[in-house]
Amino acid sequence: MEHYLNIIVKAIFIENMILALFLGICSFVAVSKRVGTAFGLGVAVTFVLLVTVPLNRVVFDFFLERGALEWLSADLARYDLSFLSFLCFIGTIAAVTQIVEMVLDRYVPALYNALGVYLPLIATNCAILGGSLFMLNRDYTLAESTAFAFGSGLGWMLAIVALAAMRERMVYSIVPAPLRGAGITFGLAGIMAIGFMAFTGIDI
Amino acid sequence: MAASSRSTFLDPLLEKNPVMGQILGICPALAITTLVENAVAMAAATTAVLALSNLSISLIRKLIPDSVRIIIYLVIVASLVIVADQILRAFFPDLSAQLSVYVGLIITNCIILGRAEAFASQNGPVLSTLDGLGNGLGYGLVLVVVASIREVLGSGTFLGHPVLATTATDGWFETLGLMTAPAGAFFVVMVLIWILRAWKTDQVEEG
Repeated sequence: MEHYLNIIVKAIFIENMILALFLGICSFVAVSKRVGTAFGLGVAVTFVLLVTVPLNRVVFDFFLERGALEWLSADLARYDLSFLSFLCFIGTIAAVTQIVEMVLDRYVPALYNALGVYLPLIATNCAILGGSLFMLNRDYTLAESTAFAFGSGLGWMLAIVALAAMRERMVYSIVPAPLRGAGITFGLAGIMAIGFMAFTGIDI
Repeated sequence: MAASSRSTFLDPLLEKNPVMGQILGICPALAITTLVENAVAMAAATTAVLALSNLSISLIRKLIPDSVRIIIYLVIVASLVIVADQILRAFFPDLSAQLSVYVGLIITNCIILGRAEAFASQNGPVLSTLDGLGNGLGYGLVLVVVASIREVLGSGTFLGHPVLATTATDGWFETLGLMTAPAGAFFVVMVLIWILRAWKTDQVEEG
């Protein structure tokens, strides 16, 4: 149990997707003007990560890894399809976001109205594909990848909500014209990244 | 070269730079720019993928049904990235290991889908390839500039060759640890945006 808690804490604070691994920066800068929308996107990213990362683990274990096709027939055991992982992962992600969108629309309309506009964007959010690729890179098991996806999603949400809260208050500050918008946002993110460096070395 | 193809090629370098102007494709731009060598490799891979994806999407643009176009773009880009990744792995294994997952993340680089959607789906193959090359080079330019600043100030080297005598080798230059840390990348990009927009005032944002 502690092991999984450690993975979650590490993904939220020490290896924060935005501030340490630089994943999903485009939407981090573009959709952080209001706390409400930032929170909505954060929930959507966490949710999609939580579905796609374990799913991609299963896809990799049962179809792509060297010898993984043995459960179909012994002849197929000699194939190594791991080079196809990018294509399969992006396919899974696109399909999952599409399905999630339809399911939410049909059964949970309130949630759909809140998250609906973000779901199509998420298919091309590098945090989502990055989650799956890091999971593969670090050889997480199915349970570990679930914990990792949950932690990374929360970390992403934490960073974007915090940034949006700061940007809402920026309206009271006088920012030099060339820095307005994107420029000062990078400055804020840099200061946040310094803050998050303080978490380095935490181990549960 | 006709005026339109020249501006298609040259505009993305400074006037409409994808990173500085439109804030696209930031993730790899920040993540791998601690060393100039990595930045050059990433820029080359992205430019190649961008030019080829623009070319192939432009060639089949009249056959792609509108409702599934994003998925088709993703499949084309993902296939090209697989090729780029395999080439890197085969010929530059050390570089490939250093870039780790960020090669795969070229797929979700917003510049590539953005150019496919905004340009290649409406223009002919020649112009689209030029547009891809221009945007790729404009992107690479930013990557190399950010990486040069971070490598020189953070490690005192350029492309691995020492340029500033660091205190570790009895020199005068104390390396700035901040520059190799993630926070440094954010600050360098901020300063570059500041300089560019102070010079090209039409890119300043309202508000």
